[in-house]
Amino acid sequence: MTTRLLEIENLNVRLAAGRAARPILDGVSLHVERGEAVGLVGESGSGKSVTCRSVLGLLPEGSQAAGSLRVDGEDILTMSSNRLRELRRRDVSMIFQDPRASINPIRRIGDFVTEGMRAGGVPQKDALKRAEELLESVGIREPRAALRSYPHEFSGGMLQRVMIAGALAGGPRLLLADEPTTALDVTTQAEVISIITRLQAERDMGMLFVTHDLELAAAICDRIYVMYAGRIVEAQSAERLFRRPRHPYTSGLLAATPRLESDQPPHGVPGRPVSLAEAPDGCAFAARCAHARPGCTEDEPVQREIDGAQVACLRAEELIHD
Amino acid sequence: MAGFLLRRIGGIAVTLVVTSFLVFGSVHLAPGDPASFLLGGRSASPAAVAAIKEQYHLNDPFLVQYTKWVGGVVTGDFGKSATFRQDVGGLIAARLPTTLLLIGYAGVLILIGGLASGALAALRRGVVDRAVLVGTGVATATPSFVAAIGLISVFAVRLGWFPAFGNGEGFGDRIYHLTLPAAALALTFVGLLARVTRTSMLEELGREHVEVARSRGVPGSDVVRRHVLRNALGPITTVTGTIVAGLLVATSIVETAFGLSGVGQLLVSSVTVKDFPVVQAVSLLVVVTFVVANLIVDLVQPLIDPRLSHAKGGTR
Ligand SMILES: Nc1ncnc2c1ncn2[C@@H]1O[C@H](COP(=O)(O)OP(=O)(O)OP(=O)(O)O)[C@@H](O)[C@H]1O
Ligand code: SF4
Ligand SMILES: [Mg+2]
Repeated sequence: MTTRLLEIENLNVRLAAGRAARPILDGVSLHVERGEAVGLVGESGSGKSVTCRSVLGLLPEGSQAAGSLRVDGEDILTMSSNRLRELRRRDVSMIFQDPRASINPIRRIGDFVTEGMRAGGVPQKDALKRAEELLESVGIREPRAALRSYPHEFSGGMLQRVMIAGALAGGPRLLLADEPTTALDVTTQAEVISIITRLQAERDMGMLFVTHDLELAAAICDRIYVMYAGRIVEAQSAERLFRRPRHPYTSGLLAATPRLESDQPPHGVPGRPVSLAEAPDGCAFAARCAHARPGCTEDEPVQREIDGAQVACLRAEELIHD
Repeated sequence: MAGFLLRRIGGIAVTLVVTSFLVFGSVHLAPGDPASFLLGGRSASPAAVAAIKEQYHLNDPFLVQYTKWVGGVVTGDFGKSATFRQDVGGLIAARLPTTLLLIGYAGVLILIGGLASGALAALRRGVVDRAVLVGTGVATATPSFVAAIGLISVFAVRLGWFPAFGNGEGFGDRIYHLTLPAAALALTFVGLLARVTRTSMLEELGREHVEVARSRGVPGSDVVRRHVLRNALGPITTVTGTIVAGLLVATSIVETAFGLSGVGQLLVSSVTVKDFPVVQAVSLLVVVTFVVANLIVDLVQPLIDPRLSHAKGGTR
């Protein structure tokens, strides 16, 4: 068996000792193949960002992680800090949610795009030349002038393109995108998404795409993981998940997205999402689940395979969601 | 940019007019007859008093006196000192090198000590941070004259490492003589700068772009230099500007304690004997230093943070 580009196995993250001690992720397992686009979907606080960041070895301050997180077979959690820096420069890159906050406002665009390359020892001249090409490839006009500009001279959408250019600078094989369009307005969202998907395909990168928009994820991803309260509750191919969700939470999310062809208003998932720390015994979704039975608050559902889907619901076999 | 400069210069002009008026006026409002101060308490013939009054224009209305004084000041004539019987300009010029050297020396100590301890506290939370906080708390709360006495008794009297008195001859010897005074002068301000540096760096450390830089494989020391310290420079520069002006005021105490003949000591001795042309000139010098330091800070800020740049910049 060849090693996978990204393989997360049974990842547990908890904030250690002290007043704030609590679990954040519980037994998260997911993988991304080379060139594959994988979605990670869930409501706010479900642990998407923590999962995504942990791939770069960026864990919340004062937290402990158990399990394994391998990129091309190399475990991030046990990696030397030197190797980790190299991996961040060359192998795995992340596009963050808010470009305005993620790019140093007082340094030039050129400094941002070339920073990783420079840290890797690329001479300034070569790095700038490459940065120019990168800016061009994300559709920034007059890239040479842009390199000398400052972030405040750019709109949010343009700045997110700069961020993408910066993420591609090291020629990564794995791209992490943590809600890359949430901070943008609707028209630029579509542009940025198309740039990301085009470059991902062109460069044959694996991608972990984090969003709370299940429909968006289904549109651009091959497979999708659905997360609730620090656990993966469902995983299957985007197409099948969209047609036949297996977990009540997934169907709830699908119903929550407004549909053009339907007259029915979206009814959403009733109730408030819980974090892993607040989750009761048994199924964390029980309080909001229309199909909940008394047993659901006693036994924690284990993930199992049903017709090619991974589902963690006690009643998955009996329930068919259409 | 041009508009900004014009507005600034206009503001400075107004500041200078108002403060020069206050400086001149406050000396005149001080209780007692200026003429008797000028005579140093000696009893004099009415003719002598009249001559003094004539020389210092004391018979003119206040506004006329002020105008004459300002007229002199802008042409570099600050009047004559009553005690030294010398041009005030010359008196100050002779003492300025010592004071500037002292301020420069203290400035270097402040920058090195303040930035280093502030940065250390921000980057090493825990024991180091708490030690620096306590240390800077004590430093900030220690008045210069207490620091002077402490330094003299330890390093001059007990250990005998540094002289406690005098200016010294030649550059090296002067620096040697100025070491304890500069340390006494610097102490309070080191604490101030360290605290501002610490707070400002802590704020920048929490920024998203710092984490992003780390996530891109930039080594920690570069992250601190380019994303934390660099971004923290705004408040550090602002407080440095006020420190420069504060130093000039504080020299009066330190120079007196260490018997240095500088501008600060001149101010103190002139205040004691009510030599008001000197007091007015030195006060004005302090005000001008303050204004100029602030102007420089304002001009430097846009270089630190391009968002403050007064040149126009559109959104792409
Ligand atoms: N640095 C941190 N320190 C402490 N707790 C954290 C930290 N980061 C995340 N958490 C906690 O971990 C849980 C998951 O957070 P995470 O940011 O991964 O959610 P998310 O799914 O990305 O949500 P959102 O859609 O709002 O971005 C939350 O309960 C959050 O409070
Ligand atoms: S386990 Fe029970 S409560 Fe949880 S999703 Fe399935 S049916 Fe609903
Ligand atoms: Mg998030």
